[in-house]
Amino acid sequence: MKTLKRYAAGLIRFYRGNPAGIIGSSIVALILVACLAAPVLTDKDPNKRVARGHQPPSAELVFGSTRAGKDIYTQVLYGGRVSLMVAFSAAAVTTVIALAVGVSSGYFGGRIDETLMAVTNVMLVFPQLPLLIILAAFLGQVGPLVIAMILGLTSWPWGARVMRSQTLALRKKEFITAAEVMGESRWRIIVVEIIPNLISLVAGMFVGTSLYAIGAQAGLEFLGLGDPTVVSWGTMLYWAQSSAAFLVGAWWDFVVPGTVIALVGGGLALINISIDQVSNPKLRTGRYLKIWRRMKAETEAKRREA
Amino acid sequence: MNMSDTPKVPSKLEVEDLVIDFRTGGSLFNPSILRAVSEVSFELTTGQALAIVGESGSGKSTVARALCRLYTPSAGQVRLDGVDVNAAETSASQRDYARDVQMIFQDPFGSLNPVHTIRHHLKRPVKIHNPGLNADEVEARVIELIERVGLSPAKQTADKFPYELSGGQKQRVAIARALAVGARYILADEPISMLDVSIRLGILNLMDDMKRDGIGFMYITHDIATARYFAERTAVMYVGHMVEWGDSDTVTQNPQHPYTQLLISAVPEAGRSGRRELKAKKGDIPVRTPESVGCPFAGRCLQAREECHTAMPPVTKLAEDHFVRCFLFDQDTEN
Repeated sequence: MKTLKRYAAGLIRFYRGNPAGIIGSSIVALILVACLAAPVLTDKDPNKRVARGHQPPSAELVFGSTRAGKDIYTQVLYGGRVSLMVAFSAAAVTTVIALAVGVSSGYFGGRIDETLMAVTNVMLVFPQLPLLIILAAFLGQVGPLVIAMILGLTSWPWGARVMRSQTLALRKKEFITAAEVMGESRWRIIVVEIIPNLISLVAGMFVGTSLYAIGAQAGLEFLGLGDPTVVSWGTMLYWAQSSAAFLVGAWWDFVVPGTVIALVGGGLALINISIDQVSNPKLRTGRYLKIWRRMKAETEAKRREA
Repeated sequence: MNMSDTPKVPSKLEVEDLVIDFRTGGSLFNPSILRAVSEVSFELTTGQALAIVGESGSGKSTVARALCRLYTPSAGQVRLDGVDVNAAETSASQRDYARDVQMIFQDPFGSLNPVHTIRHHLKRPVKIHNPGLNADEVEARVIELIERVGLSPAKQTADKFPYELSGGQKQRVAIARALAVGARYILADEPISMLDVSIRLGILNLMDDMKRDGIGFMYITHDIATARYFAERTAVMYVGHMVEWGDSDTVTQNPQHPYTQLLISAVPEAGRSGRRELKAKKGDIPVRTPESVGCPFAGRCLQAREECHTAMPPVTKLAEDHFVRCFLFDQDTEN
């Protein structure tokens, strides 16, 4: 119970004096909740024609309609479910693989380390975007789940190296040696003694990879490599492009999904920055600038009094 | 405990001609090897302490880690009650071996996991080594251990995280962890050198109590005064070799080996006026390899003779419990 309380206290401490974290988390949470609550927030079907094509935003159609006459507001909400699901599951797959590969490699060392790092380095030198395009093209027009798997299975090497280096540093700590001398099993040492020390790194990695996956998924779908019948933010952009929305002046068709992607991306980036600042306080600026300014003002006031 | 069937025989943890080599690089067929520990022999008995004294890099910690089976000896044996602990056919699992031999580390800040409570640190060893206990019994044992090492109030301490404790308190928790296993031997690797001077004595006295309760200690230190205070016997190490050993009072009050004399003369003394010259040549501390010959101290020794550079001096018994490895005392070569 104390551990739970401590995590809650840690969470409060994380957000205190951390506007970037608060703003980022609020944006992401707001959009996530809106997408999950899509059936409550709209009574339309994202795949049904509800109006004439390319209607501008109005009281009836908040964000206007697509060329095919579908409601963009409804599509953004339902499409967000797909896009966010892909982003978070890709991030989860990446984080789990990176954690498993990095920690085993760092903890066991020797031949295991050499083998795992050889694989990691090979994966690392693959140019990511061309690889994604080739994979997606090879598999045909792929559904969101396959996109999530492709992204998850190709973006772990960088994280694995970071996890490995952190594990190497932890491995030399005496509490690990003490656990070994005590007769603790190796798997328990990894799971109970090492991984809890990597939590901030895992969180940072999860957020960072989600950010990357949101963009990469939208990119793949925009290029037409995704399944265009599934509504997601990426396919919305694809349809906007293929229906020449820009040329006919239907700006709402691409501005709305683009803005939502940018908002989520920005929110995740803000969370990522604030995690970085917590794990490396040197990156902190705002709070300490404020303290410094106050101290300066106080000393000046004293000087004036004297 | 596995000694219960032979309670009359005092338990012994022996080290015989222990050699530990580390590979430091080189090619596959021509590896460069560092000999960290060379022909070290001693024994620990329950209820007694042996101090290992020497400067940094003299192989003290390496010996302790070999005794914990963290390193495998390159040659020689570690025997617990006559059984070679590294032999494949007789060796116990690390978990069984842990029940007999535990280690306390130098850095109290590094020896506890920052993400776990003190309770976690003590609960695990109790659970691992007493699988039959239920949750209440484990908790009672944890509280008892915390009280045993002089931390109170025990319940509140158990809920604390390492960062909420001082260095001395952390070291007490580390000692409690060794006790939690129920070890008969504790290898203390400079347990007080990173603590404030004011709390060192408290930790030493705690270890002294445990020694009286029948635990055998190996006390690694570079502080000769505490070695004499805490340990019955003292061994002096230099570059992986034991150069002088025996009864603590004799070794520290009547040092015979030139290196022991140098080490003791380096202890700052109150009321000593002016600078005292150290009784040795300025020279590098040698790096020993399996090919090295001669006494490791020969290069810095003021009394070094020709033979010191070519052969390792034999062990000479100076008194009932006082041994030295130096040609100065070797009867056969004295003219």
